Amino acid sequence: MNKTLAIALSAGVAVSAWGLASASPAEAETLRWARAGDSLTLDPHAQNEGPTHTLAHQMYEPLLQRDMEGKIIPALATSWAPTEDPTVWRFQLREGVTFHGGEAFTADDVVFSINRAKKPTSAMKELLNSVAEVKKVDDYTVDFVTNGPNPLLPNNLTNLFMMDEGWTTENDAVEPQDIANGGENYAVRNTNGTGAYMLVSRTPDERTVLQANPNYWGKGEFPLEVTEIVYTPIQSAATRVAALLSGEVDFIQDVPVQDLGRVDQQDGLKVVTAPQNRVIFFGLNVGDDDIPSDNVEGANPFADVRVRRAMNMAINRPAIKQVVMRDQSIPAGVIMPPFVNGWTEELDTYPAHDIEAAKALMAEAGYGDGFSVTLNCPNDRYINDEAICQAVVGMMGQIGIDVALDALPKAQHFPLINKWETDFYMLGWGVPTFDSEYIFNFLVHTKTDELGSWNGARYSNPELDSKIVSLASETNLEKRNATIAEIWAQVQEDQVYLPVHHQVLNWGMQDGINFDVQPEDQPHFKFLTMN
Amino acid sequence: MSDSAREQAAQTPEIAAEPGWLKDKWARFLDSDIYYSFKRSPVTIVAFTLVVLLMLGALVGPWIAPQNPHDPAQLNLMDGFTAPFAENQFTGNFYLLGTDDQGRDLFSAILYGLRISLIVGIVSVLFAGVLGVTLGLVAGFFGGWIDTLIMRIADIQLTFPSILIAMLIYGVARGLVPVDMRDEAAIYILIVSIGLSEWVQFARTVRGATLVEREKEYVQAARLIGLGRGPIMLRHVLPNVMGPVLVIATIGLALAIIAEATLSFLGVGAPPTQPSLGTLIRIGQDFLFSGEWWIILFPSMTLLVLALSVNLLGDWLRDVLNPKLR
Repeated sequence: MNKTLAIALSAGVAVSAWGLASASPAEAETLRWARAGDSLTLDPHAQNEGPTHTLAHQMYEPLLQRDMEGKIIPALATSWAPTEDPTVWRFQLREGVTFHGGEAFTADDVVFSINRAKKPTSAMKELLNSVAEVKKVDDYTVDFVTNGPNPLLPNNLTNLFMMDEGWTTENDAVEPQDIANGGENYAVRNTNGTGAYMLVSRTPDERTVLQANPNYWGKGEFPLEVTEIVYTPIQSAATRVAALLSGEVDFIQDVPVQDLGRVDQQDGLKVVTAPQNRVIFFGLNVGDDDIPSDNVEGANPFADVRVRRAMNMAINRPAIKQVVMRDQSIPAGVIMPPFVNGWTEELDTYPAHDIEAAKALMAEAGYGDGFSVTLNCPNDRYINDEAICQAVVGMMGQIGIDVALDALPKAQHFPLINKWETDFYMLGWGVPTFDSEYIFNFLVHTKTDELGSWNGARYSNPELDSKIVSLASETNLEKRNATIAEIWAQVQEDQVYLPVHHQVLNWGMQDGINFDVQPEDQPHFKFLTMN
Repeated sequence: MSDSAREQAAQTPEIAAEPGWLKDKWARFLDSDIYYSFKRSPVTIVAFTLVVLLMLGALVGPWIAPQNPHDPAQLNLMDGFTAPFAENQFTGNFYLLGTDDQGRDLFSAILYGLRISLIVGIVSVLFAGVLGVTLGLVAGFFGGWIDTLIMRIADIQLTFPSILIAMLIYGVARGLVPVDMRDEAAIYILIVSIGLSEWVQFARTVRGATLVEREKEYVQAARLIGLGRGPIMLRHVLPNVMGPVLVIATIGLALAIIAEATLSFLGVGAPPTQPSLGTLIRIGQDFLFSGEWWIILFPSMTLLVLALSVNLLGDWLRDVLNPKLR
């Protein structure tokens, strides 16, 4: 990065030799980007997870996407609208687009990609549960046929990436990577998208290098000032900040809250802040009759709603905000970010921190003497995730629940939730569709082959399930919103999850970079500009 | 010891035998080369005092610590990040050395962390020592294919850094332990993994010494009177090869303490809710840039002083016990 380099040098900041070497002439602009964790896989349909999508978004493209403000803009589709038949959406595709390998992008690729994303091993299938069929009309027109009218279909497609049918079939990657069973396929380590950047090299958890796509269709439409991206996951907060302070990286997506002041004060660096579309919460195994990780024989304490309420009351959210998050969070009472359709202030109010009342509830449930259980927590995914878990361990201790903490990197943590191998876990949830249905489909609906893949709570309520399914085809928005409110009322009543807070995003970068915080924490580097 | 005292001891053996024996030993110790050398080395005296103080602190820790930092229910999150020698801005509570991010009293956490460091250090060295001495003795005494087998395993293990082996063993052991027992098992797993990664030094040294000893006349004499191999190894050879073992054990203790801290620093040792010194340093490292210097400083200083003192003691012991160096 020439300009940044000049700034860094003039500011007297040590610049690594590597940084110097990369400053080649012409208009080559390298962006060195770091965040705590790596993408889990390059297979664009195998994981529905933020950092995985972030990397995928640079190389692959969906039909439509959200820009840096969260607005939906055209990507591989140029226009879309419902047809006269309200169960059919028609998408006009962009012409003249080629994949990195030179293959032309056509309607066949759309049909192929959507069908791939609907397969059982896909992590994106819940987003397509309303889609019955995708039909090619001509080379650049596609029809999405839905089970009943779905007015919100476009919202669901912002992370559904398009793959080349020929390339994927030739390389035997038609089935998405089977994460739950440790599967692998060609697409996990290789990419062939239509995006603004192409994969040069990748060592998972170490370094991924991307290079500008010379044949990108969006030339002239996007700034595309960055020509090379070097992505380095740095798990340690101190090391990550040190890398930014010393000029070794240009952009970090997660400035630790304790270092915001330090980064902001440093000449040549700035912090850009905005609330994130992501809520952090705890899940409990509420469905099983007995759970292996506790010391209660023959019963599951979490199955008792009084225990769940007591735990909810024992969480001291203001203290977590003040001490662990240094005021960089918004305490939450519902597992839904305020951006989402269905959110109300009333739902988001949380009970006062009341140890005595919580203890009384525990005693009422027959657990006055408490019990012990294991909490699974990621340590490289959310802001201060492990510190929040530790604080909650202490808070649970105050009402007699003896919690053993098992903090693991996200790559090992998330499968525990998917495979139902944890009874008490931390999870964060962002809502790319900005609608409650997305939360219900993944977290509340009974776990089936189509829905509920992240329902680690084993929660199952057939009445709610039918209401959730009805949302997909309800065209009367007022009626739909009423159903959403009913579902939330029940979820809150049953205290299925224990919300903690909404995250606040802090991106740290060189002064010369103009880049707004994207509410989903999804930087699209093609929008990045530099002074 | 005077004649009258000896008489007294003979007259009332039940009461006086013990103190008299002790006194005798003590007098012999004060007269020994070791004590002479100790007296003349101020560095060793300081190191010894520090080790004793730290061990004492670890020993009586639970009674003098104002808080049990391993009981999460005793922590008040609002006390987090209290500066040392100052009151907390929200709660007004005072902590001598300040608190970490969870409101854990650092003074208490260091005392408890010292316990973990010392227990893991001492027990894993004992474990490595027993294993290494036994294997070394067997290899040196019997020779042949047993010797080849044991020493080749040792050679292979030596080609890897011991921390890598400790991590490998730690990972495997952790996988074998059921999830709900991991916290309790963590300390035993640490002991086994550090112990298994350090036995080689003991085995090599003891084997070398045994090779020399077994050819000596007293061993041949013992054979001649018909003693079995077992008694010869244990009663005759072993006592004569123990000198260097003592030195390796002391230096090994410092290494084991550092190995434990390293594993915990890397996040694979003591669980975060039961921090050892290494865990505390790992926590403190996150706050290096934000001004909360005490979280990393005090645990690091403790670890530094402990490891350095033990090392100095080990060096001194080596010099004293090895006449060739004098």
